[in-house]
Amino acid sequence: MELSESEVKKQRPVNLDLTTIRFPATAIASILHRVSGVIMFFAIAILLWLLNQSLTSQTHFDQVKALLDGWFVSFILWGILTALAYHFAGGVRHLMQDIGFFEELDSGKRSAHVVFAITVVLSVLAGVWVW
Amino acid sequence: MVTNASMFGRSGVHEFVLIRASAIVLALYSLFIVGYALFAPELTFDVWKGLFSSLAMKIFTFLALIGLLVHCWIGMWQVLTDYVKSAALRALLQFLINLTAVGYVAAGLFILWGVK
Repeated sequence: MELSESEVKKQRPVNLDLTTIRFPATAIASILHRVSGVIMFFAIAILLWLLNQSLTSQTHFDQVKALLDGWFVSFILWGILTALAYHFAGGVRHLMQDIGFFEELDSGKRSAHVVFAITVVLSVLAGVWVW
Repeated sequence: MVTNASMFGRSGVHEFVLIRASAIVLALYSLFIVGYALFAPELTFDVWKGLFSSLAMKIFTFLALIGLLVHCWIGMWQVLTDYVKSAALRALLQFLINLTAVGYVAAGLFILWGVK
């Protein structure tokens, strides 16, 4: 039977239940790489400021140390380290994909999960280090 | 050679290579700094200043700053070009971001300049 265009469109499955739609792990890995990269771009300003302070004099160095003992600055630093850890791990995954690994759907998904897991571990370790 | 409007006549091969080359430099520098901060026996002002007073460390830091400029330039362009559809706004944001990135290089250079 010949179907008209509107008939074909009517027969297409429609899913309006947005709670059942999820990004695949590879898409989440991609967007997080962008988010962490943009965070790092702004974080560089803070890191350069800390570097400048820490190299100016003994007094300034002690001030930086005192600052890093504070809750708020520790939290910021932990956030920066977590973004760096993700961007680093995700970047290594991208470079490995360049030389031919993780290019299939299955290995792509699995390597994305591995990157998430590595980031969680590094993030916890960074938290232990900072506090 | 394939030309692309956003690249002013180039194909994107430069960008492909440069973002990866700069990534490797930045990865090595991040590993070194985090490793040093973690494993230096005692991180005093003198030890920290001594590290950055050496010519080798100044060169390594400068390479990382250049890598940062290149990596920001291309990476932020990739992000902007996907999410900011207005060409005028995108150009303005790219201008401000690249100015900031060049400013980072200048800041890093002058921070290191006087460290003896």
